[in-house]
Amino acid sequence: MLFELIGIPPQALFGQLLLGLINGAFYAMMSLGLAVIFGLLNVINFTHGAQYMMGAFAAWMLLEWAGIPYWGALVLAPIIVGVTGIVMEKLLLKRLYHLDHLYGLLLTFGLALMIEGFFRKQFGSSGLPYSNPLPGGTRLSFMFLPNYRAWIVVASLVICFGTWFMIERTKLGSYLRAATERPDLVQAFGINVPRMITLTYGFGVGLAALAGVLAAPAYNVSPLMGSNLIIIVFAVVVIGGMGSILGAIITGFGLGIIEGLTKVFYPEASNTVIFIVMAIVLMVKPAGLFGTPK
Amino acid sequence: MSTAVTATVTSKSAGAKNRELIAFAVLIGIGLVAPIAIYPVFLMKVLCFALFACAFNLLIGYVGLLSFGHAMFFGLAAYVGGYSVKAWGFSPELGILYGTACGAVLGLVTGLLAIRRQGIYFAMVTLALSQMVFFYCLQAKFTGGEDGIQAIPRGHFLGLINIQDDLTFYYVVLAIFAGAFLLIWRTVNSPFGQVLKAIRENEPRAISLGYRVDHYKLMAFVLSAALAGLAGATKALVFQLASLTDVTWQMSGEVVLMTLVGGMGTIFGPVVGAAVIITMQNYLAGFGEWVLVIQGFIFVVVVMAFRKGIVGEIQDWWTKRANKA
Repeated sequence: MLFELIGIPPQALFGQLLLGLINGAFYAMMSLGLAVIFGLLNVINFTHGAQYMMGAFAAWMLLEWAGIPYWGALVLAPIIVGVTGIVMEKLLLKRLYHLDHLYGLLLTFGLALMIEGFFRKQFGSSGLPYSNPLPGGTRLSFMFLPNYRAWIVVASLVICFGTWFMIERTKLGSYLRAATERPDLVQAFGINVPRMITLTYGFGVGLAALAGVLAAPAYNVSPLMGSNLIIIVFAVVVIGGMGSILGAIITGFGLGIIEGLTKVFYPEASNTVIFIVMAIVLMVKPAGLFGTPK
Repeated sequence: MSTAVTATVTSKSAGAKNRELIAFAVLIGIGLVAPIAIYPVFLMKVLCFALFACAFNLLIGYVGLLSFGHAMFFGLAAYVGGYSVKAWGFSPELGILYGTACGAVLGLVTGLLAIRRQGIYFAMVTLALSQMVFFYCLQAKFTGGEDGIQAIPRGHFLGLINIQDDLTFYYVVLAIFAGAFLLIWRTVNSPFGQVLKAIRENEPRAISLGYRVDHYKLMAFVLSAALAGLAGATKALVFQLASLTDVTWQMSGEVVLMTLVGGMGTIFGPVVGAAVIITMQNYLAGFGEWVLVIQGFIFVVVVMAFRKGIVGEIQDWWTKRANKA
């Protein structure tokens, strides 16, 4: 009926919608981490894409070199990459907080170049396969649903709403929100704000790495996977605004679905549709859909 | 926007302006004799990138806007300039002008969008818009996809000067560079430039003084885009090639690096930075992926320890010495 009217087979439509939803899951997890880091550090973490890539590589190395399977990597890789983030914050980022925010962006950009260059040197640009831990799938009435894709959607929803819950509904989260508003006051109440900043950065980086582990079986593990993603995530962040956790999640998933639909109806624009949405949002609501003008 | 980005003085004495002009004359003098010792194609590459970096510096150094997408103007101008010369038979000067005009138009469209956000968002918006231009260039027919536009004929500049000869073309490029550099210098030292610096230092105050800040920002953005386009179109003729490399985000990063190394907000910094980075790339060409690592490392070192850049540090040392005497 409806599908015959628009001339698109339902299989293709739902297949692309699912792919869009999965891309959206990664946009949501990545923009969430960026928003958490930006909230407290006032730094746009350009290294986020590289850290996502490091997460995928950490999973690959754990499997190939230590025989630790996917489910172990899901826990270990974010911790390992998160620790590298903490070291980075302690050694470098910390020294730039008193300067213009642009320097934080430039520093993390330089670090992203170093990391990507290093991995390209070591592993080549073509990418390495990572075997699917959940082969097979379910045949639904309207489409075939591969198990691993279903897992990505479920896992990312749990991660996103878990992060939202932690920040908006727990005591630790209330400290975080308070320090975002007035770090000096929170410090005066006896909370160690510098340590909180360090751990927040580590957490955000770990979130990127976790997304990377989730991505490893779905896409190839490649040194270029991070830089391809990060620019789109920047556009997502501009569209959503970084003020709201829930906003970042909704914008991420929403844009993934829009991208998937574009692949069905007008494939030529599927690479650029998110940037076009960004341009429209800038014209209509410059502060972003969930942002408040400053 | 705080004042930390650059530490240059806002108003200059006539003496300082004269010193800059003398330094400029010395620079062009060196440019005139440089081909005796150095390969002209290499010098032309340095000049094109120096112009590109000067255009970028106009925004970051004098308006405090960090554009992370300047490759879109450079790369698109290279494509349309090269295409107009090769496919439509434009003369080289027309091709360069056409590329510059396209850079300006793209600057107007993207500038209108980008200046709606400030600071860090401005950087993200320009990066995203340039990625959109990248995908457009990847898919459009006229750009030749992965091959790019090759074998762009150089022909005769103004119908008279045979620029198929590298040395002759070098002097034409030097003239283009000198003209554009003087234009930037004049802009920066004009009342218009003073308003730009006021916006950089304290935007709310500039607004309250009655300046239409957005118009000024947009004009500076379009001028910067047009000059980046001029650099890109000239580069396309120098190498007789326009390719995807010119539109990538890595290219945008490179021009940031050149300006940062030379000194943001200094008039000669971008020129020095471009010369340093291009020379380095030349020597490291054999190291493949390590070039990326080394560039990233320079970024980190400069941001951590050396924020004023080469020219900025020299200027500082000079003022300190003058104050002591």
